[in-house]
Amino acid sequence: MTTNAKAPAKRTQKRRAWHLTALGVLFTALMLFPVYWMINVSLTQAGNMRKSPPNLIPIDGTLDGYTVVLRQQLPYLGTSLLIGIGTVALTLILAAPAGYSLAKLRPRGGGLLSFLLLIAQMIPAIVMAFGFYAIYIKLGLLGSVWGLILADSTIAVPFGVLIFTAFMTRIPDELLQAAKIDGAGPLRTFGSIVLPVSRNAIVTVSLFAFLWAWSDFLFANTLDSGGSMQPITLGIYAYIGNNNQQWNAIMATAVVASVPAAVLLVLAQKYVAAGVTAGAVKD
Amino acid sequence: MTRSTESEAGAVNAAPAKRRQAKKNKAQQRKAQLAAWGFIAPVVIYLAAAYAYPLYRNIDLSIHSYTVTSFVTGNAPFAGFAEYTGIFKNATFAAALLNTTIFVFVSIAFQFAIGLALAVFFAKRFRLNTLLRALFLVPWLLPLLVSASTWSWMLNSDSGIVNAFLKAVGAAPIDWLTSPTWSLIAVLIANIWIGIPFNLVIMYSGLQSIPDDIFEAASIDGAGGWQRFWRITFPLLRPVSAITLLLGFVYTLKVFDIIWIMTRGGPATSSTTLAIWSYQLSFGSFLPDFSSAAAVGNVLIVVAFVFALVYIRARHRLETT
Repeated sequence: MTTNAKAPAKRTQKRRAWHLTALGVLFTALMLFPVYWMINVSLTQAGNMRKSPPNLIPIDGTLDGYTVVLRQQLPYLGTSLLIGIGTVALTLILAAPAGYSLAKLRPRGGGLLSFLLLIAQMIPAIVMAFGFYAIYIKLGLLGSVWGLILADSTIAVPFGVLIFTAFMTRIPDELLQAAKIDGAGPLRTFGSIVLPVSRNAIVTVSLFAFLWAWSDFLFANTLDSGGSMQPITLGIYAYIGNNNQQWNAIMATAVVASVPAAVLLVLAQKYVAAGVTAGAVKD
Repeated sequence: MTRSTESEAGAVNAAPAKRRQAKKNKAQQRKAQLAAWGFIAPVVIYLAAAYAYPLYRNIDLSIHSYTVTSFVTGNAPFAGFAEYTGIFKNATFAAALLNTTIFVFVSIAFQFAIGLALAVFFAKRFRLNTLLRALFLVPWLLPLLVSASTWSWMLNSDSGIVNAFLKAVGAAPIDWLTSPTWSLIAVLIANIWIGIPFNLVIMYSGLQSIPDDIFEAASIDGAGGWQRFWRITFPLLRPVSAITLLLGFVYTLKVFDIIWIMTRGGPATSSTTLAIWSYQLSFGSFLPDFSSAAAVGNVLIVVAFVFALVYIRARHRLETT
């Protein structure tokens, strides 16, 4: 009887679901319009840039913007890649062991450390930039990629410890106990058991650390604006400042700079959602 | 008698064994603590070097009067709280504080309302749901500089698509970025757009954690969709909402890139927030005044900490319930 009653209800639900899909597509299209516009402008010829009204689709489009990017921006992209990978490495080295300790080893003062890490996330980057500037000018680290990696890691390390702690708390104690009985010390337990089962947390933390380092503009502009190796955000910024007319080149650079975000979203969507949520919701 | 001596003897024998055991336990505990600290030591050192020290330098900056040359020579005169009273008296301070307040509250109100509405929408079952929800994340993942420059061009007075649209529907074009009445609204639009995905994802996961049978029971009781939302969904989402809003406050207070790229805080001070003002005073100026800038930055930290403490209390309450 229940199945009889439910079947038509399900059918109407599915029929109604089609208009929900249509509505969903409409919302998404509205939301992503600026992204579409960025791509559209990147393909627009310089002569059509000031046309009124602008071309809604790239008719007689051009790849001029992209050839400019290839000619001028490749070194910037390489630097950004290096900074991203460096920040990921530094973040993982610092955050994974700390997460393990806070989750399983109950260090004295661990509660205070968690509190400080939470507070650290609240400090505006601009304030950190002043501090780093004052220190780096003395140490001669201004304009160095390593200095920038250290500064960029401050965005990701507290978040990383938080994620690792939350994740590693859920590793069953029996697993660690078994390793202990087999005679493994804490270091071996960490290396051969905790890290391998924490793959998801490692991916989530790496992903965000990379994305934040890749996107950073403030630290780059304050600490590396005179540097010989500059990240892509400074490449775009220099464009905006210098040649206001070349908007197809600016937008082409912007499109290229967005590629990592797009790739990561396609490859690792569930990790992205996990990372966004982990900071706020505890399950 | 014999029995008691036996037991006494037993006790005498047991005591050193127990003591030995306790000693062993203590040694083991100390070893465990050593290992536990070994694992967190790198982060503790890191926090001291990459957080505490820069923050200390920042406070040091704000109570001396530094110029670019005194950075190199190292002798800046002590100024006490003069920098702070200086910025409080500055006319820009009131404007920046007002703009920051408007920017934070309006951003959050819209981001949260739109994010929640979309979360409720995506909680329904329909085809392409997962894919569309993934696409909604894009604005949040793009580098801020990319989003900001895209919005700059879209809101351009003469060639922007937004004004072209306004013209097409017969409305007057707006000088979004160059008129003092509109500049703050322009950066607000861009910032709300960027923040919607974050609110959507968190509120969506909050909705997922509400058991389905609560809704089923409500619909059997004859509650309509609207009633169901206000009577059941919204109250159950309160803890998650509190966390989302507070995180939103802290994040929005920090916003710098978007405003700097789009308007640089101008025209005049019409879109200058505390973060922007602090940058204008230092790196954005030909005659950098790092001490005032650091003082403004510290005011910003104090405001952020007030919200942070509220956040931590709310989080704690959420964990204990």
